Amino acid sequence: MSIFIDQQTRLVVQGITGRDGSFHTRQMIGYGTKVVAGVTPGKGGRLFDGVAPVFDTVADAVSETQANTSVIYVPAAVAASAIFEAADAGILLIVCITEGIPVLDMTRVLPYLHERGARLIGPNCPGLISPAKSKVGIIPGNICRPGRVGVVSRSGTLTYEIVHQLSTQGLGQSTCVGIGGDPLIGTNFIHCLSAFQADPETDAVVMIGEIGGTDEQQAADFVQQAMTKPVIGFIAGQTAPPGRRMGHAGAIISGSSGTAAEKMAAFARAGIAVMKRPADVVPLLKERL
Amino acid sequence: MNLHEYQARDILRRHGIPVPPGEVATTADEARAIAARLGGRVVVKAQVHAGGRGKAGGVKLAANADEAAAHAAKILGMTIKGLTVSRVLVAPAADIASESYVGIIVDRTSQRPVLMVSAAGGIDIEEVAAKTPEKIHRLAVDPRYGLLAHQALGLALKLYGDIAQARAAAEIMQRLYAAFYAVGASLAEINPLVTTREGAVAALDAKIVIDDNELDRRPEIAALRDTSAEAPSEVAAREAGLTFVKLEGTVGCCVNGAGLAMATMDLVKYYGGEPANFLDIGGSSNPQKVVSALRIITADQSVRAILFNIFGGITRGDDVANGIVQATRSLPLKVPLVIRLTGTNEELGVQILKQAGFSALTDMDEAVKQAVAQVKAA
Repeated sequence: MSIFIDQQTRLVVQGITGRDGSFHTRQMIGYGTKVVAGVTPGKGGRLFDGVAPVFDTVADAVSETQANTSVIYVPAAVAASAIFEAADAGILLIVCITEGIPVLDMTRVLPYLHERGARLIGPNCPGLISPAKSKVGIIPGNICRPGRVGVVSRSGTLTYEIVHQLSTQGLGQSTCVGIGGDPLIGTNFIHCLSAFQADPETDAVVMIGEIGGTDEQQAADFVQQAMTKPVIGFIAGQTAPPGRRMGHAGAIISGSSGTAAEKMAAFARAGIAVMKRPADVVPLLKERL
Repeated sequence: MNLHEYQARDILRRHGIPVPPGEVATTADEARAIAARLGGRVVVKAQVHAGGRGKAGGVKLAANADEAAAHAAKILGMTIKGLTVSRVLVAPAADIASESYVGIIVDRTSQRPVLMVSAAGGIDIEEVAAKTPEKIHRLAVDPRYGLLAHQALGLALKLYGDIAQARAAAEIMQRLYAAFYAVGASLAEINPLVTTREGAVAALDAKIVIDDNELDRRPEIAALRDTSAEAPSEVAAREAGLTFVKLEGTVGCCVNGAGLAMATMDLVKYYGGEPANFLDIGGSSNPQKVVSALRIITADQSVRAILFNIFGGITRGDDVANGIVQATRSLPLKVPLVIRLTGTNEELGVQILKQAGFSALTDMDEAVKQAVAQVKAA
């Protein structure tokens, strides 16, 4: 098993003919993901790379191909609309890679998804990968190995760094999920931790957080109350100044809240092993497995 | 993006919120003319993106137009928290009977806009939140229906015993909520919301922060940006499509990805150094971006060594290597450069760098250690 995606994933790519969409679709197909359809309004009827039929709407793609998962690569200006469309077509797992969606758009998108029981991963995220099964998004497949460690992170390249450490030192992954760097996201740490706890093929979880908000603190409470599997944690931004956005829209210390120190203390209180640097991941995991 | 007080007041006024008159001056003479037009006592307020303007001497009361001019002459050109004042707001000194606070933010936990009100207005609301949180009343608004009339009135009644004043404040809250969505704000606050001796309710001071992601679709709001109120290095970075935050240390950092950039800064500190900046070159490996990044980092005189930390995923190692080679050709470096390059097309990238006389490491810890050692040797 794995969480959220596996061999049953039938993917529709929204924005398949765009620059990023076409590049990453080829990467996903190359990895073995079942890309069953693409959507670009006005380009319906084409066949992408001889593999995936292109439709004008997500609804058409779903009724023709039984797609059950969507990934979104469209520009920020139309990304919220693309999420609405996927949910309306009955897609229950929507992965939004796009960065730059206004937060106020997300305040309207999220209740819409809740009402339909759809899960959104992202926005502003690298997507997810269940090694050797399926990859949805942009995480490079070549750094991952199949195995029994779950990884959940607010970051992209920092996740690659830590996954690379795991893979090169013999610890494969069940699923790696990038939940995104925005202040409002569809799937948070607790959702992923709870799925990893329930997954019989995951033995331990690596949680990679950063400054801003209180998602990590709430996740720490969840780990203490509801998890039996070992959890290793890292927080980026120990040297970040307050009041400044550090790249990600959500990575900001407001007043004195959302600091790395506060999050690391919450981890430690909850019995989560805290990494001081990315290279600590393997030694800490091996101590606990 | 932060707006100035005078810009925020204009937005509130356009949304039908009562705001006392007031105009912006860039010279003492203009301040005198505005004060003379307004008549009576006025307040002269520095327009900078910094809190604590009053404490810094950037807000002064004037009894007449000449005094207003004298205050303006002192405040204009003054530096508050590193920012030079180039504009002052001249407004009538209000005769205030009461002060309260009304603000809206997007709350990350409830994922909704949250209205916050407090009768303890006119002072730092974060201080109130930290010391006496019970004095702040909060309401998470369902964005599908907006702030409903009875909800606004319920909050207003926490501030005012008088029903007419409560109704006026409730109306202001609904208009503020509408303005929040209309301009794409991430924060909108009226502090203080005042009642005058005559009993009228008005917004005396306003603060609005715009979500940067809104600017592309709101050119009229984007046009309000005042680059003279920002650090020049950060303006240059934004124009080059980079995210840059200046820090106080000596190790210049150039990284792809925000999380990895933060982790790199932290690792510099872990090995006994101090990062000079946060800089994310993003997913693109466009050589021009690398040139801009190096130009911005080297403009900082305190930088003693530059550290590149690139984990190629979508970003290709050979592209970044070419960027570094091109950049250093057009911009000779005076400080040592330590490069960590791994991931996609790593071998090709390392080869390109070696041919140009650079060495490249593949391990992040090793690269950070070397950069810190270079600073200590310098």
